Amino acid sequence: MKKIEAIIKPFKLEEVKDGLSRMGVKGMTVTEVKGFGRQRGHKEVYRGAEYQVDFVPKVKIEVILDSKLVPQAIALIQEKARTGKIGDGKIFVIPVEEVVRIRTGETGKEAI
Amino acid sequence: MNTGDTAFVLVSSALVMLMTPGLALFYGGMARNKNVLGTLMQSFIMLGIITVEWVLWGYSMAFGPDHGGIIGGLNWFGLKGVGMEPSAVYGPTIPHMVFMVFQCMFAIITPALITGAFAERIKFSAFMLFSILWATLVYNPLAHWVWGVGGWLGKMGALDFAGGTVVHISSGISALAAAIIVGKRRGYGTVPFIPHNLPMTVTGAGLLWFGWFGFNAGSALASNGLAANAFVVTHVASATAALSWIILEWLHRGKPTTLGAASGAVAGLVAITPGSGFVGPVAALIIGALVSVICYGGIMLKSKLGYDDSLDVFGIHGLGGTWGALATGLFASKLINPNGANGLFFGNPGQLWTQFLAVAVTWIFAFVMTSIILKVVDVIVGLRVTDEDEERGLDISQHNETGYSVS
Repeated sequence: MKKIEAIIKPFKLEEVKDGLSRMGVKGMTVTEVKGFGRQRGHKEVYRGAEYQVDFVPKVKIEVILDSKLVPQAIALIQEKARTGKIGDGKIFVIPVEEVVRIRTGETGKEAI
Repeated sequence: MNTGDTAFVLVSSALVMLMTPGLALFYGGMARNKNVLGTLMQSFIMLGIITVEWVLWGYSMAFGPDHGGIIGGLNWFGLKGVGMEPSAVYGPTIPHMVFMVFQCMFAIITPALITGAFAERIKFSAFMLFSILWATLVYNPLAHWVWGVGGWLGKMGALDFAGGTVVHISSGISALAAAIIVGKRRGYGTVPFIPHNLPMTVTGAGLLWFGWFGFNAGSALASNGLAANAFVVTHVASATAALSWIILEWLHRGKPTTLGAASGAVAGLVAITPGSGFVGPVAALIIGALVSVICYGGIMLKSKLGYDDSLDVFGIHGLGGTWGALATGLFASKLINPNGANGLFFGNPGQLWTQFLAVAVTWIFAFVMTSIILKVVDVIVGLRVTDEDEERGLDISQHNETGYSVS
């Protein structure tokens, strides 16, 4: 089992979610986050004073998957979240040791 | 007594009352998340502090029987003798109590205006003590000098229809003194101080604009043509200033902003206040158009001079009020108000000089007195919260509350 963490542009969330759902992913967790990479930030102006805002709003998607599905999911997220401009985000893949469904006590792949 | 006048001034009093919560929102939105309640509170609780002060000794000091043009006596302490009959000298067609409560609302919002200068760092106890002392030692005498029968600035012929000197210059200059004495916020110049909720600020500006009709038109103390003139020029100046402010920043920084529109609207309201009963609509257009240039320029200068007037009270009320008082000396016309005077453009250059003197006196008096009061408060309770409390924010450290929670 793996966890895919994808940091993407917020307005791409719907497309990515729909794509993953069609692929058979049954759940995901989404968080509004802020961060920066090569895109850096933007400037904001309040009463004529300029501020450099380094942290850009992004969305983080977390999905747990059977390892076999990972390459397909990565390809899909990459396809759906890509604009080709700087700041499209990143995808991380992390091993997952155990999953437990709290209601039933199922574990492992059954609990995903 | 006139029922129309009484109804109008009662409603105007309620409108002016609403300006203080409006100001709380205007300021609260500009503060950071962790200081939203602390900032709202410093305006809102003024309704409590000053009302009590006003009933006990404030009204009597400001409007009571004159002593040497300097101060009113305490004959009306606890509103003794301030009843349902009209006063002999203030608002002859409305109950004396109505005049008193209308003035009470002005006394409330004035110290609340100052709080934007020391937002996000003053101790609540110090703020309370400062507000009571400032109301007693700065506002009451000044209100007497300008509006009290026998007050020396009023006798000199200075025109101030609704509070340019008494309310806006006094609070704006006191704000400058407070920003200097209280000192900068931690992280000033390195951490970005970004407004946390501009929708709140724009809502507040809207309430201020609405309430200001009571402030200026109500100052006619009668439901008449002069009130109508004040109402119209108030609206015109605010509208023009909102527009000129966003055009200015569009040219200067590339984008028109909502904070700019809100700031401009308030600056326009400030600038028209002293002249609202003496100038006409065309003058209001000019006063509104130019106030943005003056205030925007002043705010630009702030970063060069290095004081931390957090929410630009000096920039908007100090400078906008000064422009308004001087502009009254330019554009005032006896055609608008036969009880007023003509200004420079109506053949009376002397009026501009009188206005200048009133402005200078207010600047000096407010700056010196506020500085002394703050030094005294600092000795008694200490002005600033601790560094750690400032980092945690005033909401938690001063009030044991938070404005927003996750769930």
